[in-house]
Amino acid sequence: MQASPSGEPRRVVLDSAGIQRAVTRIAHEIVERNRGTERLGLIGIRSRGDLLARRLQREILRLEGVEVPYGAMDITLYRDDLTRGADHPVVQATEIEWEVGDKLVLLVDDVLFTGRTVRAALDSLMDFGRPRAIQLAVLVDRGHRELPIRADYVGKNLPTARSDLVQVRLAESDGVDEVSILSGPTLQPDRATPASSANSDRPAGALSAQRS
Amino acid sequence: MLFGRPHLLGLEGLSAEEITFLLDTAESFKEVSEREIKKVPTLRGRTVINLFFESSTRTRTSFEIAAKRLSADTVNLSAQASSASKGETLTDTARNLAAMRPDAIVVRHPSAGAAHLLARHVPCPIINGGDGAHEHPTQALLDLLTIRERKGTISGLTVAIVGDLLHSRVARSNLFGLRTMGAKVRFVGPPTLVPRDFAELGAELVYDLHEGVHDADVIMMLRIQRERMNGRYFASLDEYSRLFCLSADAVARARRDVIILHPGPMNRGVEISSTVADGPYSVIMDQVTNGVAVRMAVLYVLVGRRKDAGAEERAEHAEHEEGEDHPGASDRAAERTGGGHAAPATPNPPGLAARGRELS
Repeated sequence: MQASPSGEPRRVVLDSAGIQRAVTRIAHEIVERNRGTERLGLIGIRSRGDLLARRLQREILRLEGVEVPYGAMDITLYRDDLTRGADHPVVQATEIEWEVGDKLVLLVDDVLFTGRTVRAALDSLMDFGRPRAIQLAVLVDRGHRELPIRADYVGKNLPTARSDLVQVRLAESDGVDEVSILSGPTLQPDRATPASSANSDRPAGALSAQRS
Repeated sequence: MLFGRPHLLGLEGLSAEEITFLLDTAESFKEVSEREIKKVPTLRGRTVINLFFESSTRTRTSFEIAAKRLSADTVNLSAQASSASKGETLTDTARNLAAMRPDAIVVRHPSAGAAHLLARHVPCPIINGGDGAHEHPTQALLDLLTIRERKGTISGLTVAIVGDLLHSRVARSNLFGLRTMGAKVRFVGPPTLVPRDFAELGAELVYDLHEGVHDADVIMMLRIQRERMNGRYFASLDEYSRLFCLSADAVARARRDVIILHPGPMNRGVEISSTVADGPYSVIMDQVTNGVAVRMAVLYVLVGRRKDAGAEERAEHAEHEEGEDHPGASDRAAERTGGGHAAPATPNPPGLAARGRELS
């Protein structure tokens, strides 16, 4: 996403070191709270939640010497706004090659916003089996929930205006580690690049609505 | 919008990007069929009508399973049971079905252009499930998916399509799709079944099986459609199979890593020998599996999107700007903010407003 012509509305709120520290801390918290890694499994929500889940997996391996199972999930098919989006969301594959039944599943996403993505992920997960418990880890919690959903592990709580865009960029997909806020009102709707993960929690079609 | 078309009537005219998008989407859908619970809620509450004026087991079942795995409701209508046998025209049948507000109609018909005709008269998406000897786009898409899966790419491959090309909608759709994706296509069969016109569409015409499959990466066998053969195209089935039945001998002339496709149903011993059909090069069962994924993708792309861009956009705005004076405020916003008390900004369905007042 580029800056709008009317100045530079982008504010970096987490840099590379900040993201790294947040991931490390979350990994510690996961292990501490669950007293180890027994029957633990990580599932990241595409796109970018899967990348964060990979990072958590590496951190937990470093801490505990255990490689916990990893999976990636695309929740497009479970969205509540399919008929409302501006574009066709591209369906990506869901890859969970282990039994989620009786596991402690840790859902991982980049931004927690309305909670609708997490709702979809929970529904999707239930179709794969009956986990012993599900916990939620997010890099950024920006508030404005529309559903009764909260995160168990939060990298950074970020007060935002509803119209703001929170953009998470990760080295694996975007070449750089950075979380930034783009203030809403100055944004041009056509400035949104489909590749960027601005408010992954948001229905794609609602982006223009938020900005207006 | 990666696939902005309202219908899927054929592969002719689709761009490589559009085909790639459909194939990529289908690939993502394959995983759903491997789950224990083979169902996602994507098309919940939608209705898909399978309108089949020709007998079909595979295609109809495949569409039905695809729709059901997306949680859509399906209705199957076959020619024997339909009002066509009572003299109703295709257009009237379609209009009547459309009046029941389905979200998509899959149509198979013995006449070329039937799906196009429906698309002009019916407001919902039409999916061509085979029209005469014209096109069968979902079959070609599942063939393309199977080829891409096995070969990594379609561009640069040599594909020999063998048999009754004259009557084959599968061959036509494949020719369009394969050429768009950059493959070389050979049509192989007796001159009576390989019309010269096909050269104009970009196929290389070969009248000898061994020559035709030479160095091919892919061999696609077509069914001898006895039901469509009202003229004399070859002396006898025996003679045809002596010249054009795909045997292990013929397969040996192709590339070592050749794959063999057949859209089914097979006439074993006529166009394909059992040794080959059940042999290591055959990917015929993959085709059937991929058929469900491709049809899920097509239904998802055509049905699972908003119907009226403008109205939905307005609804989005309104919902996120509650309390603000918004010129585009829709029924939904009025319903939420006003609950029947406030006068809606735009005409409200009468039932809705009345109900709101009753409740309050």
